[in-house]
Amino acid sequence: MKHIAIGFLGAAALGLMASAASASTLSDVKAKGFIQCGVSTGLAGFSAPDDKGDWQGIDADFCRAVAAAVFGDGSKVKFTPLSAKERFTALQSGEVDILSRNTTWTINRDTALGLNFVGTTYYDGQGFMINAKKLPGVNSALQLSGAAVCVQSGTTTELNLADYFKSNKMEYNPVVFEKLEEVNAAYDAGRCDVYTTDQSGLYGIRLTLGSPADHVVLPEIISKEPLGPAVRQGDDQWYHIVKWTYFALLDAEELGITKANVDEMKNSDNPEIKRVLGQEADTKIGTDLGVSNDWVVNIIKAVGNYGEMFERNVGSGSPLKIARGINALWTKGGLQYAPPIR
Amino acid sequence: MASQEILREEPSRGSFINDPKVRGIFFQAVVVVVLVALVWWIANNVIANLTRLHIASGFGFLRGRAGFDISESAIAYSSDSTYGRAILVGFLNTVIVAVVGIITATIIGFVIGIGRLSHNWLIRKICTVYVEVFRNIPPLLVIFFWYSGVLAVLPPPRESINLPFGSFLNQRGFYFPRAVWGDGSWLILVALLLGIAMAWFVARKAYQRQMATGQQFPVFWTSVALIVGLPLLAYALSGFPLSFDFPKQSTFNLTGGFQVRPEFLSLYLALSCYTAAFIAEIVRAGIRGVSKGQTEAAGALGLRPRSILRLVVIPQAMRIVIPPLTSQYLNLTKNSSLAIAIGYPDLTATAGTVLNQTGQAVEGVVIMMAVYLALSLITSAIMNVVNARMALVER
Repeated sequence: MKHIAIGFLGAAALGLMASAASASTLSDVKAKGFIQCGVSTGLAGFSAPDDKGDWQGIDADFCRAVAAAVFGDGSKVKFTPLSAKERFTALQSGEVDILSRNTTWTINRDTALGLNFVGTTYYDGQGFMINAKKLPGVNSALQLSGAAVCVQSGTTTELNLADYFKSNKMEYNPVVFEKLEEVNAAYDAGRCDVYTTDQSGLYGIRLTLGSPADHVVLPEIISKEPLGPAVRQGDDQWYHIVKWTYFALLDAEELGITKANVDEMKNSDNPEIKRVLGQEADTKIGTDLGVSNDWVVNIIKAVGNYGEMFERNVGSGSPLKIARGINALWTKGGLQYAPPIR
Repeated sequence: MASQEILREEPSRGSFINDPKVRGIFFQAVVVVVLVALVWWIANNVIANLTRLHIASGFGFLRGRAGFDISESAIAYSSDSTYGRAILVGFLNTVIVAVVGIITATIIGFVIGIGRLSHNWLIRKICTVYVEVFRNIPPLLVIFFWYSGVLAVLPPPRESINLPFGSFLNQRGFYFPRAVWGDGSWLILVALLLGIAMAWFVARKAYQRQMATGQQFPVFWTSVALIVGLPLLAYALSGFPLSFDFPKQSTFNLTGGFQVRPEFLSLYLALSCYTAAFIAEIVRAGIRGVSKGQTEAAGALGLRPRSILRLVVIPQAMRIVIPPLTSQYLNLTKNSSLAIAIGYPDLTATAGTVLNQTGQAVEGVVIMMAVYLALSLITSAIMNVVNARMALVER
């Protein structure tokens, strides 16, 4: 018995070490043949399973883009739904290769948590939603003193909420749940007066409520919430692949490369387009990154460029109908800007 | 120990290596060394890997500003408090729900357990149904039943149900007036303590008198008069210093008064109902474990059925009941961590939030495990003391 117990403990400890000590994420991913992608437990427009059980949304598509860059096939992704509380541990321990889960980029997460955020796939800000039918006359967040506020635990949202009410000398009753579905259910049941999370999330959640038309999102945005994918620290190659996948999506949009015209574009006269699509003679851009030279072609074929991804999931092509706003390209007055691929 | 003593008396056969005593010590030492080395190695491994993955470690984060609010707190807490204090708030919430849950579960459990042995068919069957229903449903479902099935369907704050004494019930919880103690109200507290002390003294004297002379004294009513009457007298003498803060309707919720939130209420009711079913079975087994001859003998002495139960059966049943009761108390305390599903800020929920805000998972989990372990050990220790006092003293 004693020996079995010791053997078991030893094996458990070895397992702990082995899973944490993977040398290169790229070679691990290639060996297992797919990318393990950490997503939310269901947030419309970002990552939510559709009626066939396929994950849809910007965050899910981003993982498909990385899979397309690595394997030339956007379907080689497996999704792991994670609660806000589980997400960082899942990435740190190697359970997922990318965390693409509407997660706010902060300095603490970049430094103390051992993560590296690759960029901002969606510029968001925190807002408030109320039931206008039950609370007529409330049209500003500054009128919310004394309200019961539903919020998900362990998020930056929870912290911003405390800061906002404190700085405006208002009081509130926090009603805190761990899972998004629990927060949704509590708000829908009337346990709280106000729902707070990222504004994009509020629009998505409003669609899932009993009677969406009764609910309004208040105009105030109380925080900066740059949402983006993150990877583990200490693996620069993988970090570069994920980061440049994001930049490639933006550069493709800027150059007018779309899912429909990507094959035509390969024969373009424009040297920049040819270079991005890997059509330049003796190009080493892709292989230096650790992927094939037609990686951008694969990405665009899989998910389209950033603009297409946006419109399909949260923009005009989706039920959410969110305007591009600050998520437009820098050339159109937005914040999305990518360094050149050369 | 006994076996070793017997072995010692036998002459040592063969060499030093075959001496059972030496071998025993040797193997125990080996196990201790291996265990210590294993723990040390695991801890070292964790620290090395955390450093390699650039994850901050150590318990220094407990002094940082928490930044989030907690809905229910027994001590002063705001978003400016430290992470350590946030965990303390969660710990106290766990203790509160565990203590009131244990008391309620014990009361319900004893009533149902005795009810199952009742001669009344209806009472017996109702108690059986209670036990079978709650014992066979997972505690999480019982919690959801109270939270989503009972409390969430109550009317919204504007249509609160009015209860007597200025109390209200709505889907945000149960509101009742809060007592505001004015000047001189310390006199009432002193009177209450005095009343309890005097009641205890009277009970002791009455017991001694009954032992000596066999004469009985109405201890119960005297105690009630002392414990209730003295504070009332003090209240009148100090000029009625008590006033009430009644809950009032405001823009969003009822304000003022005292609010019991539905999260606490449903967790408390669910844990009490669930654990009571097990306690009822333990109590029934304990009573059944007392030989029938005891009841018959007591009856032959002329004791009435209630006195038989109170004086003969229950004291003996308690000896059988207390050890398994301890396990149920521990279960209730640990089941309180299911609170996270309905958002009651217990230890698991607040420590989980801290863990997530700081990203220090290993430390967070270690704190949670240590606290639950300590809570369980303390509960066991208390119950062991109770058990030792109840146990049959062998002469």
